[in-house]
Amino acid sequence: MIRSITRKKSDEEIDRLLDGLGRVFIIGCGTCTTLTRTGGEPEVRAMKERLSGQGKLVTGTMILPVACDNLTGEALKEYGQQIDQADVLLIMTCAFGVQTIARQLKKMVVPALDTLFIGKENGIGQFDEICTQCGTCILGETGGICPVTSCHKGLVNGPCGGTNNGKCEIDSEKDCAWTLIYNRLKELGRLDLMRTYQKPRNHQGEPSPGKIILEASSQSASGQ
Amino acid sequence: MPWIPLSEIQVKGSAASQSLGEKKYFERLSMASSFKKALKSGKFLVTSEVAPPKGTNLEKMHHHIELLKDKVDAINITDHQSSVMRFPSLGGVLLVKEMGGEPILQMTCRDRNRLALQADLLFASSRGINNVLCLTGDSVILGDHKEAKGVFDMDSSQLLATIRRMEKGKDLGGNDLDGSVSFCAGAIVTPEANPIEPQLIKFEKKIEAGAEFIQTQAVYHLDNFAKFMDYAKQFPVKILAGIILLTSAPMARFMNKNVAGVNVPQDLIDEMASAPKGRALDKGIEIAGRMIKRIQKEKMCDGVHVMAIGREELVPDIISAAGLS
Repeated sequence: MIRSITRKKSDEEIDRLLDGLGRVFIIGCGTCTTLTRTGGEPEVRAMKERLSGQGKLVTGTMILPVACDNLTGEALKEYGQQIDQADVLLIMTCAFGVQTIARQLKKMVVPALDTLFIGKENGIGQFDEICTQCGTCILGETGGICPVTSCHKGLVNGPCGGTNNGKCEIDSEKDCAWTLIYNRLKELGRLDLMRTYQKPRNHQGEPSPGKIILEASSQSASGQ
Repeated sequence: MPWIPLSEIQVKGSAASQSLGEKKYFERLSMASSFKKALKSGKFLVTSEVAPPKGTNLEKMHHHIELLKDKVDAINITDHQSSVMRFPSLGGVLLVKEMGGEPILQMTCRDRNRLALQADLLFASSRGINNVLCLTGDSVILGDHKEAKGVFDMDSSQLLATIRRMEKGKDLGGNDLDGSVSFCAGAIVTPEANPIEPQLIKFEKKIEAGAEFIQTQAVYHLDNFAKFMDYAKQFPVKILAGIILLTSAPMARFMNKNVAGVNVPQDLIDEMASAPKGRALDKGIEIAGRMIKRIQKEKMCDGVHVMAIGREELVPDIISAAGLS
């Protein structure tokens, strides 16, 4: 399952964003940020304790089951009074959840987390970025490993000179995508794909901001 | 080619074109670079490199160019080396040209998208800069502007292919160029990369994309390098072995630990450590000279690219230690 991977902002940044706002309602998420231990029940509780210790009034806390879901609006209604009393909502979900909540309520929102990437849990407590949703998929030519995402520079013609013992020049914990791709294609007997020159990528596969409107005819076709 | 002011460049009827005669003037602008001729000559080549300053004080760069310009076949000017913001390589190559030297413009893909890279190639060509070393570029994170966006709209092989396309009169958008370009284009390879196979595929792609010369990452294990050359010799490309001056034993250990694809063997580190106090640089020069001598004597490759990072003034000493001056 794809996950939105987040990291808590520094206390200093959160304090700056909450400066002058005395009453805070805190919202966590039972899905991705619970998994990444950035916005689950224990983290929301710790945040409440920290802010209370600073003299702020925490009007309430809640953990939405899935913050990015359309049902979030209904769930928020249950806490209407506590939310109304707050100056600000401190949100411990990914940015998708922050925006879903902001759309529902006329309240200033402050994200407590930075949303890092769309990824996958590849082991307990290890999350890897899998897809940057670039809009021009080349997985068919790389043995199913994405260099746009997994190579720090997004290179599509092979490794740079910074590759070091199969690791990336920016971090020895990160694999060199092109070492992985080489090994995979070699195993599959398809190194010819790596030898094929890839022209400069199309960075406008779907010009940002992405928006897709299905045509009426294709909607009915898919319904048949 | 003498220095021609920008206002005079490629303008028919300009003072410069009239003084030389129109035809001769334009012939000279499109003249093959002296480095390209040197590549074809079969002589043992020596290139070196100079880093632009952080700031507008060009005195030191000027001094280094002055020291090197008549001793080497070409001088690379680095492009925000190690992702550290500096005076631009384009400015540096113009200075080399102005001073009568033969420059190689280093271009990385880290800081410019395809529009800016092509524009800089047009500008370089208009100023008689005809040698380009195409690099992907180090990560921004390794440098001194760690929060900057790394562009990497293209990679080194795509930049090479772009040059060849522009030489045919087209830009990457498929549009005609008004006025031609002609470059002697090169690239790099890391013969000691681990694993080596993916690096060699990239190396071959760079040659297919149009690299005429290759300057390698520093090599110290010459037996390993000879093996690399046994493989590389099959390709139609000139190879210059990278020589980085060892300045001390700790510097060698530092490179082993921190620079990808650089591997200084223990015996060289021991040799550096054995130098009497205050004489480590002399030892480094001796080692570099000895390596160059062996590369030339055994005809391992077509030349050397000498790097004395931060110690450019010692390059002439290395060249004479190698018996090349």
